[in-house]
Amino acid sequence: MSLQKIDTKIRADITRRKRLDQWFSLLGLFALIICVLTIVILLVDMCYDGWERLRPEFFSNFPSRHASRAGILSAWVGSALVMLVTFFVSAPLGVATGVWFEEYAPRHWIRHLLEININNLAGIPSIVYGLLALGLFVHTFGLGQSIFTAGLTLSLLVLPVVIVATREAIRSIPTAMREGAYALGASHWQVVWDHVLPYSMPGILTGIILGMSRAIGETAPIITIGALTFIAFLPPAPWTDTWPYMHFEWLNAPFTVMPIQIFNWTSRPEAAFQKNAAAASVVLVTMTLLMNGFSIWLRNRLRKNLKW
Amino acid sequence: MSFSSEQRVVSTRLAKRKMRHVSEKIIETLLFLSAAASILITVGVVYILVRESVLFFQHVSIVDFLTDTQWTPLFDDAHFGIVVLLSGTIVSSLVALGVAIPVGTVVALYLSEFAPSRTRNIIKPTLELLSGIPTVVFGYFALLFITPLLQSVFPELPGFNLLSAGIMMGIMIMPLIVSISEDAIRAVPMNLREGSYAMGATRLQTAIRVVIPASISGITASYILGISRALGETMIVSIAAGMQPNFTWNPIEPAATMTAYIVQVALGDLPHGSIGYQTIFATGLTLMLSTLLFNILGFWMQHKHRERY
Repeated sequence: MSLQKIDTKIRADITRRKRLDQWFSLLGLFALIICVLTIVILLVDMCYDGWERLRPEFFSNFPSRHASRAGILSAWVGSALVMLVTFFVSAPLGVATGVWFEEYAPRHWIRHLLEININNLAGIPSIVYGLLALGLFVHTFGLGQSIFTAGLTLSLLVLPVVIVATREAIRSIPTAMREGAYALGASHWQVVWDHVLPYSMPGILTGIILGMSRAIGETAPIITIGALTFIAFLPPAPWTDTWPYMHFEWLNAPFTVMPIQIFNWTSRPEAAFQKNAAAASVVLVTMTLLMNGFSIWLRNRLRKNLKW
Repeated sequence: MSFSSEQRVVSTRLAKRKMRHVSEKIIETLLFLSAAASILITVGVVYILVRESVLFFQHVSIVDFLTDTQWTPLFDDAHFGIVVLLSGTIVSSLVALGVAIPVGTVVALYLSEFAPSRTRNIIKPTLELLSGIPTVVFGYFALLFITPLLQSVFPELPGFNLLSAGIMMGIMIMPLIVSISEDAIRAVPMNLREGSYAMGATRLQTAIRVVIPASISGITASYILGISRALGETMIVSIAAGMQPNFTWNPIEPAATMTAYIVQVALGDLPHGSIGYQTIFATGLTLMLSTLLFNILGFWMQHKHRERY
């Protein structure tokens, strides 16, 4: 074989490989565009279907047998109240657990066990939490199919999210900060409360918001505890005119939430109800995207501004 | 004998310090208790699932549960063959993985090896954002968008089918696969790539021969976590695949998955303690054991099998 022949062969080979490289680059771009386009088309289609129902009455009407008069009043009030319970259970518990892991936990088998356990909790399918709630909260503890039960169930579900975010936020604080405080005579808890927690608060908030946005869209565990789907009344208001100005009867009230209402309307055969489902989905997706977007923005901003 | 004022100050400070010690201990105990509470959740899940499943298996033998090919727990002639529900779960998950794994891998590779960093900085947060869309909304898309779309190509497709549920599930778990794979691919040290480029390899050759082998454990972990997500997915399959148990390996048929069966029973009004009530816990136990298997595998892949450079 002459030298020239080898030369042309190698050049041909190089051209082929370069072409393959470009082809793959195009394929990647194509796959990416398809992914993004699919989601955009789905969201636009949903907005288009639900647009005509998105009127103020939609937010102030109860569900109804007549699709055009049905609204999401009981659903969004229910969602808000359930979120309230979820927040007040999962935030303190999750932050306390995160603080213990990063600031107190000894290098010990207990710490290891708890760590593995939390990783596992994050992987349990949400419907299994629903079964736990049905067996334990509803039937063993007798809490009924109430707002309190739903809030507790969702707190268990989002607890790993809050714990992981808290730990990451605390871990990013340099030891020098703590040592400075110790040098001035602060106790362990004073260091945590006055220094570690304030500095890591934005990171912790990000985690809590992410957890809440996950909880507000969860459907399966709430269906499993047997929440009713047709609720045409509101739970009792949490405030009163006389002292002590608040009460907790609403915790025991039956309820519905946004995702359940969407599920209910989607499973009806009439097209009119499916429009309602689209409209309610627009509201729910907007809420979760806003919450997620806010927390991602918060996190990125912090990463930029905080350099220890 | 009287204390000087200085001595008094010192002694009250010492007393305070003792108090401080006690309250520090109390706080530490409280923090430990909240950390330990997470164990209670696991214990609770296992206890409830096992308690009800034991009652269930007093009526139904485990052999029947695993080998029967019919699932008719609410009929007079009751059969409890979990394989019927397993088939629905497996078929829908396979369809989902068939969509998510190829596309997800290509996108992850493209983002980390080919795309300009500006594209990546926009796409990564967008994908994270998308993973926040509630699954019930994806279910709505599957039933009212994907199924009609598929029906316009294959007119004989039934309104409820595993195919469109699976496709939608694939789209749902793709961000997860992209995100974890991309992290693993990016963690491959730059000098490995530079070595390959220096030998005259193209980006594609480097990606396939160097980067993928170096990050294969992370990529596999993302697949496995995707599988476990697909197995536990509930709303998409209950909305779009129908909730009728059907022993089939054909994705264009309607069928119930394990999760859809639990939803179907929960929507009805089964009395507490009946055999129908216990079946959902036995199903839940099967579901949890299968996802647990994949989670442990994925976790092990991600952490123990990491290549050292």
